[in-house]
Amino acid sequence: MTALLPRTIFKPEHELFRDQVRKFVEREILPHRVAWEEAGQVSREAWKKAGEAGLLCPTMPEEYGGAGADRLYSAIIIEELAGSFASGPGFSLHSDIVAPYINAYGTEAQKRSWLPRMATGEVIGAIAMTEPAAGSDLQGIKTTAVRQDDELVINGQKTFITNGLLSDLVVVVTKTDPAAGAKGTTLVLVEATRPGFTKGHKLQKIGMKAQDTAELFFDDVRVPVDNILGGEGQGFYRLMRELAWERMQIAIRNAAAAEAILDQTIAYTRERKAFGRAVLDFQNSRFRLAELKTQVQLGRTFVDHCLDLLLKGELDADTAAMAKLWTTEMQGRVVDQCVQLHGGYGYMWEYPVARAYADARVQRIFGGTSEIMKEIIARAL
Amino acid sequence: MTRKIFTAEHELFRDQVRRFVAREITPHHDQWERDGIVPRSAWLAAGEAGLLCATMPEEYGGAGADRYYSTIVMEEFARAGASGPGFSLHSDIVAPYLLAYGTEEQKRAFLPRMATGEVIGAIAMTEPGAGSDLQGVKTSAVRDGDELVINGQKTFITNGQNADLVILVTKTDPAAGAKGTTLVLVEATRPGFTKGRNLEKIGLKAQDTSELFFSDVRVPLDNILGGEGQGFYLLMQELAWERLQIAIGAMASAEASLEQTIAYTRERKAFGRAVAEFQNTRFKLAELKTEIAVARVFVDRCIALVAERKLDTATAAMAKYWCSDLQGKVIDECLQLHGGYGYMWEFPIARAYADARVQRIYGGTNEIMKEIIGRTL
Ligand SMILES: Cc1cc2nc3c(=O)[nH]c(=O)nc-3n(C[C@H](O)[C@H](O)[C@H](O)COP(=O)(O)OP(=O)(O)OC[C@H]3O[C@@H](n4cnc5c(N)ncnc54)[C@H](O)[C@@H]3O)c2cc1C
Ligand SMILES: Cc1cc2nc3c(=O)[nH]c(=O)nc-3n(C[C@H](O)[C@H](O)[C@H](O)COP(=O)(O)OP(=O)(O)OC[C@H]3O[C@@H](n4cnc5c(N)ncnc54)[C@H](O)[C@@H]3O)c2cc1C
Repeated sequence: MTALLPRTIFKPEHELFRDQVRKFVEREILPHRVAWEEAGQVSREAWKKAGEAGLLCPTMPEEYGGAGADRLYSAIIIEELAGSFASGPGFSLHSDIVAPYINAYGTEAQKRSWLPRMATGEVIGAIAMTEPAAGSDLQGIKTTAVRQDDELVINGQKTFITNGLLSDLVVVVTKTDPAAGAKGTTLVLVEATRPGFTKGHKLQKIGMKAQDTAELFFDDVRVPVDNILGGEGQGFYRLMRELAWERMQIAIRNAAAAEAILDQTIAYTRERKAFGRAVLDFQNSRFRLAELKTQVQLGRTFVDHCLDLLLKGELDADTAAMAKLWTTEMQGRVVDQCVQLHGGYGYMWEYPVARAYADARVQRIFGGTSEIMKEIIARAL
Repeated sequence: MTRKIFTAEHELFRDQVRRFVAREITPHHDQWERDGIVPRSAWLAAGEAGLLCATMPEEYGGAGADRYYSTIVMEEFARAGASGPGFSLHSDIVAPYLLAYGTEEQKRAFLPRMATGEVIGAIAMTEPGAGSDLQGVKTSAVRDGDELVINGQKTFITNGQNADLVILVTKTDPAAGAKGTTLVLVEATRPGFTKGRNLEKIGLKAQDTSELFFSDVRVPLDNILGGEGQGFYLLMQELAWERLQIAIGAMASAEASLEQTIAYTRERKAFGRAVAEFQNTRFKLAELKTEIAVARVFVDRCIALVAERKLDTATAAMAKYWCSDLQGKVIDECLQLHGGYGYMWEFPIARAYADARVQRIYGGTNEIMKEIIGRTL
């Protein structure tokens, strides 16, 4: 590994945990890659093993099956998966986006019925905001949840939903009062078993081949009003609360993936010969790699700085948007150069760099596009 | 974004420096640009205000300050676009050589007067035929009894016209390569030492970057700094800090340019609205702000490391290369957002643009920085 500045945010406990996670990924994740890519999804068994190993929902309180851990533990899981290019398992969305919603806004009954089983991997979570006609602009959501006595009747369609096929529980963003705009938005917990809820076909993507990104359809799906999460009409507000942390998760992943692919590329160019010497011996290779290493170091320093702010409760939305914007764009540049330095092999799927390249493209799109990040940053100018 | 590396005392000092710049530097900078040089009176004023050689020990006229103080001086000058005064080269490159490698006599002879501004320092490595590759230095210093006889030519020397004291990189043993390199203190008063042209440049108009000529210049052997044959080795010791200084200036200049550009685009109207309201403008500014924020965090980490004497050469090379490149990009975009006014010398952004270009060249070109980083892969 090419040396970067020492990281200063982790304690020895964190590093022990990192070792465990790394071993888990090597043992339980990496050997199944090809099978999962073919299936277009990760096996349920892998989720349960991750639960057993304490890799799901670590930041949830112990009474709800978690470990009461700080967010650096989440960061470590994200980093270790990203560092081995394991883009299939949607663990972090499940553990660090969906579960926190339930923990923060759920009733005691909701927490008890879902969180412990999410921590074991028996229940897989998803969050469904995006619709065919509403992505960046969530005000355009059309899925309705209409009250009938003590039930809600849900109709509509969602798309691009991570963990879509495997999901047992979906936090669905609905309109309970379409006339009220943002204030008519409500989060509803919808179990996969509800009649009228169907999952569409598996979406074919450029990368993230083992990730079950799917369409979801809701046709007169009835749920009790008790399934409302965080209050009627509160949805939009709830969605805003943890955006900084949610975007940081993407930044963390990208910083780690960029670092890993840089290491692989250095190793590759050291081995690979052309014109009688190692590819790394060409000045151009060294300069390109020096440029990449510099960017990786800057990304790493910035992400750690933001993580530190996050732990202290000081990370604001526009700084997190900068982290998301900068690291995703940086990763895009890094993987592109790394494919180039691999030559033809870099285009072959069996090489991590090819998959890293394909996986990277979406980072600038989901979790708020780069353009939306710029809107947020520009508002704070 | 709030910075975390400075204490309250540092911030007080920053206020002082800022006021000094507003009072003693900015009002005169136009004139100095026309003159191609900063007058000695400004150096003396800076000395009096405690802005020169702040990190030198008190016994040698300094304030025994940490490198955060140097950082603050560099930042405030860069922010103000005050690119004429070569204070940081004098205080944070030349003086530290004397302190680290000078004999007690050498230190006493020069450091206190460097702190007052009575003696202005320069360092002369580059020659017409040797820049990036300092092994190619040809200026010779040949022993003759208890004297050295110096012959040769230097160029691109910062503070060249003003200099009273030059740390000269010479070859005392041309056959020995790097090991034949020796640093020699040469006073401007020595017969045979002449100052050549004050060079016309793209920017840094008030900076007296010059040629220096040495024709049978005699100095006593006591003028050797840090030992015969040690020159190359000594030049390597503080490269991390020397290069970080460029990154520090680059960031401050980029930040100031962004602030000016935000203000300008808010005032300037086109097609019935402020230029700042066009989405393209907002996105460009958001990109620049992000780039600056990321680099700022990195540079502050490097400053904290340098203060603990822990900054390695390759990381400093990253900072120098990345921040000087970034400064170029930021200022270019900022100039664009100014439209035609951005091309007019009276606008700070125009000068910042012209000044910025050299940051990628001196202090080791960015290509050389990549060589250094490339060695750590
Ligand atoms: C692999 C994958 C996984 C996903 N997982 C989930 C998930 O789990 N849950 C979920 O709800 N969603 C998920 N998404 C959806 C994702 O969040 C959206 O794709 C994203 O928010 C962009 O929305 P969109 O695709 O509708 O693009 P659009 O909003 O149609 O944007 C099209 C283009 O217009 C630009 N644009 C939009 N508004 C502006 C503006 N104001 N100014 C300038 N340019 C603008 C965009 O940046 C983009 O370049 C996922 C997407 C992918 C690809
Ligand atoms: C305003 C200004 C102030 C200066 N102040 C001082 C001073 O106070 N004291 C002093 O001693 N010097 C000073 N310099 C000189 C400066 O340090 C040199 O200009 C710089 O080191 C580059 O050397 P050079 O100009 O000879 O370029 P060259 O070394 O001739 O380089 C020409 C080009 O070749 C590239 N190159 C060189 N080697 C390699 C390589 N191995 N691989 C790839 N590319 C390479 C360079 O990056 C550059 O792009 C100053 C210069 C300027 C412009």
